[in-house]
Amino acid sequence: MVRYVANKFFYMLVSLFILISATFFLMKAIPGDPFMSEKKVPPEIQARLMEQYGLDKPVYQQYFKYLGDIATGDFGISMKHQNQEVTGIILQTFSASLKIGLIAIVISVFIGVLLGMLAALYHRKLIDNVAMILAVLGIAVPSFVLASLIQFVFGEKLGWFNVMGFDGPLDYVLPVAALAAQPIAFIARLTRSSMLEVLHADYIKTAKAKGLNWFTIMFRHVIRNGILPVVTYIGPMTANIITGSVVIEQIFSIGGIGKVFVECITNRDYTMIMGVTIFYGILLMLARFITDIVYVLVDPRIKLTGGKEG
Amino acid sequence: MAVNDTTLPNANVELSPEDFRKIGVDEKQAEVIQRESLSAWQDAWLRLRKNKLAMASLVVLVLIILAAIIGPFISKFNYYSNDLLNTNQPPSKEHWFGTDDLGRDMFVRTWMGARISLIVGLAAALIDLMIGVIYGGIMGFFGGRVDAIMNKFSEILYSIPYMLVTILLLVVFEPSIGTIILALTITGWINMSWIVRGEIMQLKNREYVLASRSMGAGSNRLLFRHLLPNAVGPIIVTLTLSVPNAIFSEAFLSFLGLGVQAPVASLGSMINDALTGWMYYPWRMLFPAILISLTMLAFNIFGDGLRDALDPKLK
Amino acid sequence: MRRKTLLTLLTLLLVAGTVLAGCGSKKEGEGSGSSKENTAAAKEQVLHINLSAEPPTFDPAQAQDSQAHTVLNMMYEGLVRLDENSKPIPGVAEKWEISSDGLKYVFHLRKDAKWSNGDPVTAKDFVFAWQRVLDPNTTPAPPYAYQLYYIKGAEDFNGKKTTDFSTVGVKATDDNTLEVTLNNPTPYFLGLTSFYTFYPVHQSVKDNAKWSADPKTMITNGPFTLTTWTTGQKIEVSKNANYWDNKDIKLNKITMSLSNSGATELSSYRSGQLDFAGMPNGEIPTDQMPAVKKELKDELDLKAVGSIYYYQFNVTAKPFDNAKIRKAFTMSINRQDIVDKVTQSEEKPAFGFVPPGIAGAKDEFRTEHKDDFFTENMDEAKKMLQEGMQEEGYTTLPPVTLIYNSSDKHKKIALAVADMWKTNLGVDVKTENQEWGVFLKNRRSLNYQIARAGWSPDYNDPMTFFDLWTSKSGNNDVGFKNPDYDALIKDAYSSADNNKRMEDFTKAENILIKDQQVLMPIYYYTNVALLKPNLKGVLIDYAGGVDFTRAYFE
Repeated sequence: MVRYVANKFFYMLVSLFILISATFFLMKAIPGDPFMSEKKVPPEIQARLMEQYGLDKPVYQQYFKYLGDIATGDFGISMKHQNQEVTGIILQTFSASLKIGLIAIVISVFIGVLLGMLAALYHRKLIDNVAMILAVLGIAVPSFVLASLIQFVFGEKLGWFNVMGFDGPLDYVLPVAALAAQPIAFIARLTRSSMLEVLHADYIKTAKAKGLNWFTIMFRHVIRNGILPVVTYIGPMTANIITGSVVIEQIFSIGGIGKVFVECITNRDYTMIMGVTIFYGILLMLARFITDIVYVLVDPRIKLTGGKEG
Repeated sequence: MAVNDTTLPNANVELSPEDFRKIGVDEKQAEVIQRESLSAWQDAWLRLRKNKLAMASLVVLVLIILAAIIGPFISKFNYYSNDLLNTNQPPSKEHWFGTDDLGRDMFVRTWMGARISLIVGLAAALIDLMIGVIYGGIMGFFGGRVDAIMNKFSEILYSIPYMLVTILLLVVFEPSIGTIILALTITGWINMSWIVRGEIMQLKNREYVLASRSMGAGSNRLLFRHLLPNAVGPIIVTLTLSVPNAIFSEAFLSFLGLGVQAPVASLGSMINDALTGWMYYPWRMLFPAILISLTMLAFNIFGDGLRDALDPKLK
Repeated sequence: MRRKTLLTLLTLLLVAGTVLAGCGSKKEGEGSGSSKENTAAAKEQVLHINLSAEPPTFDPAQAQDSQAHTVLNMMYEGLVRLDENSKPIPGVAEKWEISSDGLKYVFHLRKDAKWSNGDPVTAKDFVFAWQRVLDPNTTPAPPYAYQLYYIKGAEDFNGKKTTDFSTVGVKATDDNTLEVTLNNPTPYFLGLTSFYTFYPVHQSVKDNAKWSADPKTMITNGPFTLTTWTTGQKIEVSKNANYWDNKDIKLNKITMSLSNSGATELSSYRSGQLDFAGMPNGEIPTDQMPAVKKELKDELDLKAVGSIYYYQFNVTAKPFDNAKIRKAFTMSINRQDIVDKVTQSEEKPAFGFVPPGIAGAKDEFRTEHKDDFFTENMDEAKKMLQEGMQEEGYTTLPPVTLIYNSSDKHKKIALAVADMWKTNLGVDVKTENQEWGVFLKNRRSLNYQIARAGWSPDYNDPMTFFDLWTSKSGNNDVGFKNPDYDALIKDAYSSADNNKRMEDFTKAENILIKDQQVLMPIYYYTNVALLKPNLKGVLIDYAGGVDFTRAYFE
């Protein structure tokens, strides 16, 4: 196990290094700089700014300097938001995305599994159809349509919620609803199909034949096995959701990391772009790593052996 | 049956002893399959045909594709000419779907948008398919170090900020539909490759593959004759689901201002244009949104149906 | 089967429970809904506004965006401030004298001006702040340092030609007297000292590079102080008890949300979450303008401001190296249709480059000198195009592309204009939307044929619209070089006679627009804003800057 983790960790570091290098040169290849604006700054002041941020040096020198900085844990200062640490901005905006994201995940797992179970239990009945229509709608409606729809109805017209902002607990309702719609739909469909499979499995028939109590069958066998695929889906979904949805954060005006990331790309805020990319990269790799571990714990058929597949 | 009917065909038949010969049980005939032999494909098609929802989706898809091809020619308007005297008109005899903020005919624009969205979606999905199958096939087939490295590479590519790549592509190449498709496929194939990899890994330890290998079949033959054809079910399902994904991704690019170039429209960019004023001009949002949702729905349900049909366990 | 029903009931209960819980808490929310009732707003005096972009910094030396302008104006006060007619009135300086040659200013600072921590605001604080802006070692380099180049010796000091700050024409003769010497008589200098680059800065900032990022270390001298700043989310300023004129400040607090979506901003305004929406810090979506004009007629404030929206030709690129072809394109669009049907905010069609509202010799420049440098005439335009093409020897016009940066409004205008060119001139023009940074880079490096542009004044004088087209100007991104034009601008710079300067400007505008048609003016901006009916005292200045400091709820 220790060897396995160490091995994985080493691979993660190598991947991270390649990711940093690729993003760095990609970012530098795009026209523009952090100091551009409609009204041009005089050339000598522009030159001074470039020099102060080390942007006047050849790109490869900037690259090595950056590698040196992050090796010592220094992610630098945002080039647009002067005097603010990149790590500070990331942590603060990420906490907003994380809060909304986690609530959305919990809710979507809860409702999604419920809908899926109901649909499976009442296979080809009215409930099944209604649940699946709901699920498919969640997938078929683009999130920016859904978000602006509920914003208009529940925020502007009915006035139940604030149209935007992120102050009180009520401000979570609309963005979480918009964010959870798609995962709910996905989880519901996933649960339904795997539950159907389990319900028709031989061991369930055996259990029924043995005269086992219906509740025992449901909770000990059907649900436990039926939501296994959901568990494996939660890993990547979590990574996806907590990295912030640009659409939702823009429409509901939430200072999350998704919105900030788009802004820093538009502003050519180089240190921020790198910081967020590294942060996302680590999150994603961790999510995959944890999913691997969970797989091992759940399914004893998979063995832990370094790089080789079993 | 009328028993006392005198015109029974067999009433006057002369019976001879030969007619009472013992036929016994023909052991050989027992092995013969009476039902016409069906290939896996025919079998799947039979099962798919029984799935009414999936068939309805298929019909809807065909109709949408046809309308996207023909639609723009039916109307006397084109998709780009402005009419500033008739902006934001509700649906009427003249303009069946109303007009937009520059007085352009929404009917023509909606079908043109569907055309662009479908082209983008289908092209991106097909390219994803090609790259994903080859890359994933190699990963799954060779395993070990090759797999580890290739897998890491796709993981890294997956983490590179997508918006940066798209902006750079739009700078380097002419902004066009081709560039958008390229931007969508640059990371789009990764999902497909992961699915193919998983399938191949499962399949390659099956007995028939081992048999073929022990009989001296080369890697090419194994991969292309045995492994990929057997993984075709999940591949096709992923393909049908990646079309709507690509359509949505393009819509998202439009939301960021990196989508198709106006006056050309996609369904996503039309919805995005309508987003600020849909409470007053609902038709500008409604028609493209219904169409995009319908397309998503149809592709999804059809994909589900296809999965059920191709999975022999779910007969 | 019965057990199944049981399970169903259980789940239904759970679902119902969640829904009900949601409903229950909704009711609590309604009471706290902000500024819905007028009386409550008047009692609380809390203003809610939106900034479409987060100001990157609150350091007056570093700021360069209109959002920072709005917020800094709440937190700081310069030597003068602008009244409702955009005329300079006493700020920190209670009076001033200007020498007869217009070169020397003596400002007398009021003795009761205080920083938010109680320290007095002295002339030395101004010298400190201006030196900080001009010091070439200040990190990061203040981008607007050139706004101080009017001061004698400032450019040399900033350009490292001298390290001796005493050569710069700004001195604190005592705690309450500031002497400023200029290079040229600059009639608009007094108004310029209300601009944020000229704000004083508390001298404690020397020791703390990160002072402007944290409300705790922000020491300001204006009517409000920074109390909350949540990156990406919210900015809040509260009344400064130490401000010398705080008896005139009625608002207790201003909270600023940071939404970059015009639709969201308007929706928030309608639902009562915002008291002010629209320009200059946001934008009301054009699609909603007809509805806004109808439903919120009494709350809509349309004010002509001194900014211009125009297209520019790259005069070094074919086919726009030919003046006649440029004229043909300029003459063949219908500006009234664009403002009526596309932008819909009652903007004024532009036939010159200096907008109304910019000061002239006595009255406004535009009143004294009409903008009739060209007319819209489709037949004339077609003839012009033919002549131009003959001069260049074209049988067909080379392909033309118009570039604009991603924005709903820019897109609509570009499509409308391209369609007019197609109808009126028979020319197919491709429109290309470019990402902001890419667009700027292409425009700067003359890698375009026609590009969208806009200009808003830095100070209240036509000069701000003309000095950018001189051949040495860093902002001249059309490739236009004209010695006569340069001479006129140079003359206007050094002249103390305002009548003569205005004559120079008219001649310059004649060259720029009438003769050469380097630019294709489209419209002069209006500031489109929505204000709750009981919100009073919001000032929009000549350039569209907004001043909330004296606002209040009735």
